[in-house]
Amino acid sequence: MSRSFRPKAIHPLGDCAAYVEFSEELDLEVNALIQQLAVVVHGRALPWMHDVVPALGGLALHFDPDHPELRGEPLQAAAALVAECLKKIDPKREAAPRTVEVPVCYEPEFAPDIEEVAKSRKLAAEQVAELHAAGDYRVLMIGFAPGHAYMGGLDRKLAVPRRAAPRAVVAAGSVAIANDQTVVYPYAISGGWNVIGRTPLAVFDASRQEPSLFAPGDRVRFRAISGEEFAKMQG
Amino acid sequence: MSIRVLRPGLLSTIQDRGRHGLQHVGLCPGGAMDPVALALANALVGNARDEAALEITVIGPELEFEEDSLVAVCGAEFKGSFPHNRPVLAAAGSRYNVGRAVRGARAYLAVAGGFAVEPVLGSRSTFIPGQFGGFQGRALRHGDVLPLRDPSTSRRFGSLKKTRDGSVRWSAPPLTLPDREPVLLHVLEGQHFGSFETAAQRAFFEAVWRISPDSNRMGFRLDGPALARAESDEVLSGPTCLGTVQVPANGVPIVLMADHQTTGGYPRIAEVASADVPRLAQLAPGGTVHFARCDLGMAAELREHMNERLAAALRGIAWNYGQ
Repeated sequence: MSRSFRPKAIHPLGDCAAYVEFSEELDLEVNALIQQLAVVVHGRALPWMHDVVPALGGLALHFDPDHPELRGEPLQAAAALVAECLKKIDPKREAAPRTVEVPVCYEPEFAPDIEEVAKSRKLAAEQVAELHAAGDYRVLMIGFAPGHAYMGGLDRKLAVPRRAAPRAVVAAGSVAIANDQTVVYPYAISGGWNVIGRTPLAVFDASRQEPSLFAPGDRVRFRAISGEEFAKMQG
Repeated sequence: MSIRVLRPGLLSTIQDRGRHGLQHVGLCPGGAMDPVALALANALVGNARDEAALEITVIGPELEFEEDSLVAVCGAEFKGSFPHNRPVLAAAGSRYNVGRAVRGARAYLAVAGGFAVEPVLGSRSTFIPGQFGGFQGRALRHGDVLPLRDPSTSRRFGSLKKTRDGSVRWSAPPLTLPDREPVLLHVLEGQHFGSFETAAQRAFFEAVWRISPDSNRMGFRLDGPALARAESDEVLSGPTCLGTVQVPANGVPIVLMADHQTTGGYPRIAEVASADVPRLAQLAPGGTVHFARCDLGMAAELREHMNERLAAALRGIAWNYGQ
């Protein structure tokens, strides 16, 4: 990557956090570097740092501004930390440390919006499922709800806007698409994305040591499964 | 050791100081809406500052203590039989009816030894949207039996038992209850402040905002003038935190509170100074606020001021106990 990778701005997010902004728009290359930067910052395990949160266009640092080991102005300390950690990242390195495989049943009972997506994109429902399962995705950011991962890498042939009227309840595990991204709903919550399938996996489970199925920066592959497999896996 | 819930109150949940380190997977820290009041209640019964207590909201519960327990309630003032801001020895079989809040919105009922609930992801805080933590991941219900840990670990329990009537003549100061409304909240300009119309920027600081009934532990909606943006382009979804004031397309600002979403796609007009968030948490729907601009230096001073007042109150409690 020839462009220099430097923060555009550091915005105070109140007095206990800072948002280190790299881009005001979503750029997958920039996001991949933000993921690398997050890993390096997190790896420093600074006692005053509570949370290191990669977002679509930047990195949020949540800290204790009164921690005795934090010297000087928190915002300056955050800027210095980022500058130092930026030296450790390699733009040529493949960022994704692991691949998460997600089984998805694209059958109609789990895919209330697949026909509408197919129609608007002049495809058959089966083609929508095939194109979605063939994609190579990256987790760009987790937010909205615990474990709710925004993934980039959706085939442009599947680009549809969000639904005009959000659903009051989308079933837990629903796999949905909108614009150039795909998500998996961790809980039964309201949502406006187009649901084209469902996974039997628990996306967020507080009783697991790793509560979230996804981590920022993960590579994600979807695998089509039948209704019977879905039932068996859900146990 | 346990407490029986005879009436649950409006929203009674077990909360401690929350869980850090999981915002990158979308889980907010959560925890007590007013951590200052929580710290005072814990100190009064001899618990560690971050021990879990019962957060009671607007309408309090009625509880029955099954064993002798040392209890303290701090934060909002509620009607009822419970003395505030002081340690009270609740005798086995005694009932406490907490009533309705008369000043402030949230109080913390701490019990010496703490509640015997398992931490989930490093905290005993109840996270209602995820249905985990605290007591069965939910607010209290009629008939619940809350398990307590052995209070004898608290030296203050021992010293209260020696008093004649199981209480004391001194009390801790309330630090977060607003004296008058509208409550003044200091805010930093948010990242997108400049994208709002000049009239909206002015209105934000001039208006008196009313907490809407559609408010909860996730966020407070503010009724007032609609805030319009000069730029209509969508903002890229980005991180949020406790005290972020975001403005959806309808122009109604939302202040993010303890159980907030960790990212949001709405423009962020302001960020409430962290020292002022506990006072905001003491407002119920219908309560009013107004905003004053501050910078990071002033936010740090406000924090320092609050930390000093809390430290002084904790020293006062220790002095009164003679420990």
